[in-house]
Amino acid sequence: MRFLLDPEQRAFADSLNAMLTAADTPSAVRSWSRGEHARGRALWRRVAGAGVFALAVPEAYEGLGLRPIELAVAFVELGRHAVPGPLVETVAAAALLTEPGLAKRLLPALASGEALATAAPAGSYALDGDVATTRLSWDGDGLRLAPGPDGPVRASLDPARRLTRLLPGGELLTAEPPLAHALTWARLATAAQALGVGLALLDRTVEYVGQRTQFGVPIGSFQAVKHQLADAKIALEFARPLVLGAALTMTEADVAAAKVTACEAAYRTARTALQLHGAIGYTAEYDLSLWLTKARALRGTWGGPGECRAAVLDGLSGGARRS
Amino acid sequence: MDLDFTPGQEAFRAEARAWLRAHVPASPLPSLETEEGFAAHRVWEAQLAADRWSVVSWPEEYGGRGVDLVRWLVFEEEYYAAGAPGRVGQNGINLLAPTLFDHGTREQRARVLPEMATGEVVWAQAWSEPEAGSDLASLTSRAVRTDGGWLLSGQKTWSSRAAFADRAFGLFRSEPDTPRPQQGLTYLMFDLRAPGVTVRPIGRLDGRPAFAELFLDEVFVPDEDVIGEPGQGWRVAMSTAGNERGLTLRSPGRFLAAADRLLNLWREQGSSEALRDRVADAVIGARAYQLFTYANASRFLDGESIGPESSLNKVFWSEYDIALHETALELLGEDGELADTDWAEGYVFSLAGPIYAGTNEIQRDIIAERLLGLPKGRR
Ligand SMILES: Cc1cc2nc3c(=O)[nH]c(=O)nc-3n(C[C@H](O)[C@H](O)[C@H](O)COP(=O)(O)OP(=O)(O)OC[C@H]3O[C@@H](n4cnc5c(N)ncnc54)[C@H](O)[C@@H]3O)c2cc1C
Repeated sequence: MRFLLDPEQRAFADSLNAMLTAADTPSAVRSWSRGEHARGRALWRRVAGAGVFALAVPEAYEGLGLRPIELAVAFVELGRHAVPGPLVETVAAAALLTEPGLAKRLLPALASGEALATAAPAGSYALDGDVATTRLSWDGDGLRLAPGPDGPVRASLDPARRLTRLLPGGELLTAEPPLAHALTWARLATAAQALGVGLALLDRTVEYVGQRTQFGVPIGSFQAVKHQLADAKIALEFARPLVLGAALTMTEADVAAAKVTACEAAYRTARTALQLHGAIGYTAEYDLSLWLTKARALRGTWGGPGECRAAVLDGLSGGARRS
Repeated sequence: MDLDFTPGQEAFRAEARAWLRAHVPASPLPSLETEEGFAAHRVWEAQLAADRWSVVSWPEEYGGRGVDLVRWLVFEEEYYAAGAPGRVGQNGINLLAPTLFDHGTREQRARVLPEMATGEVVWAQAWSEPEAGSDLASLTSRAVRTDGGWLLSGQKTWSSRAAFADRAFGLFRSEPDTPRPQQGLTYLMFDLRAPGVTVRPIGRLDGRPAFAELFLDEVFVPDEDVIGEPGQGWRVAMSTAGNERGLTLRSPGRFLAAADRLLNLWREQGSSEALRDRVADAVIGARAYQLFTYANASRFLDGESIGPESSLNKVFWSEYDIALHETALELLGEDGELADTDWAEGYVFSLAGPIYAGTNEIQRDIIAERLLGLPKGRR
């Protein structure tokens, strides 16, 4: 039992963090939000180049093998930098395409970053359906390759999340897609991303309250300010082990627990961050908004809080989990 | 990174489980916050100690098994899962013992620890005073030099279980005029039945005499009961507070077992839709705390120290404990009002969590200033 990231895993996180810091993600996010995808696509290629999507693809299909821990580590960094695009959906797509014929045909392009995927139940919003090159949707008949987006792009509360519905029909890929398995991977990635979003919000807010002065002192010296940030820190630090623990076990219940906890922690941190920034936090111009809005959106996607809590209880046959 | 236990750790778990299954009293002991409960719990401590289960992480020479933190956590999980009694010796075991391991003399360890391990001597913590709560360093009770020792005078309060305990440890001002209040304090052990000591039990919220105030009037303490150097008491007392205490004050085992009980209650009561989310949060919270603690234990075993991070634990478990019990009382419906249930007793106890062991406001200050690096403000 050594429940700590290995040095290589930590180094992987650090290198992604450094790469994304250098890439000036906020401006890529802003152009993505306007429907200009070139910078985001370039960022995507770098993320894929670092092997992120390959972590959800078996080696036989040009991936790095299924490595949920490394995937979680990577998604924390993607969240920390508010990287735009159907990141989770691409992972979900990879997890849906387990059937060997499909895997051979579609996975290598996802692993390499050549293709972006989106994935959603038929009739639901699919993230970035206008830019995704592999659009998966499923209904009672099975999993289909949707022919294209249906109707206009709808704006999300998070401007960087562009919502579309997918056209019905399209090629039937498999009658029995591994939906539960894909949902687990999607939730894990979302949980990790949310944790990263929360950590970024906390970092930025700590920095801000250390600099902003009112009444002649930094506002960070006021206890009412400190205690809100302490609570955000507690919430995030207790979400982190759930995310990593879920990546180790990959049980539905553990992943659902991680999803709800990380998303709630990030959301709570977002509320605190907004409050402590005062009016400047309430502006779209200020970069904080990129994380604030994402925290809200991630909370509802791939299973909201109630659904995840129900999954936790459903997953426990006997008592609560010991070890 | 893994969550797998080694075959040796699994064997240890099995051994602990088997022993507990064979020995845990079939019906719960009376509350340890009562005189008869205290006596019954001492008997239980002695039974634990006889088979060396009372202080598994201590060296064998003092009655332990010398196991590392992971095995200690495993033991705690099994202990609470088995429904074993609360630990009457926990103040000594969690607070005084680590201090003696770090700062005590060989003689003190040899004299104090074995009797602590068997429950023969139960220790009370005498830190707080009427005018020194959160601002502990403002304490005024005195230790005055005398032949071969010290004379203690003053008043201590809120001393858990002191109504029935045998001995106490605490801080006393031995040098009155120091530039800072943290200086000139001496850490001493004393006998609660020594001449000059008056113990007045205080009824807790539910009336049980769970703590007491202590009036000290020139109580003689020999030199060998000073822990560390005279005048260095603050450093001695604080040095042990962070590291192991952050891990061991409240083990995850307790909350995992409580979440289990809550889940069972919820199912027995018809799996109320209205309380489903809160039950789920209790289950999730216990798991989060377990994994958080595993991570800390792993760091500790890697040789890292765990200092202000222990404040994260404290706030988390104390608030968790209250939420869990509130949910249980709601599930019980009208029976939730009854005072004589285990849930009610647990609830009353949980309410004190944010107050003792450093109030949650103080812990949040520590988190903000020492973990987040925010500027110090006025206290
Ligand atoms: C069940 C129980 C068992 C206990 N057992 C023991 C024991 O065995 N031994 C022992 O020595 N003591 C014990 N205590 C005492 C405990 O350690 C103190 O109650 C605690 O330190 C708080 O001190 P106080 O009660 O004097 O509150 P105060 O310090 O007067 O605080 C009152 C309120 O003001 C807040 N406050 C104070 N200062 C600040 C600040 N700077 N910033 C923000 N808020 C502040 C506090 O957080 C609290 O909410 C026990 C207490 C309880 C409830």
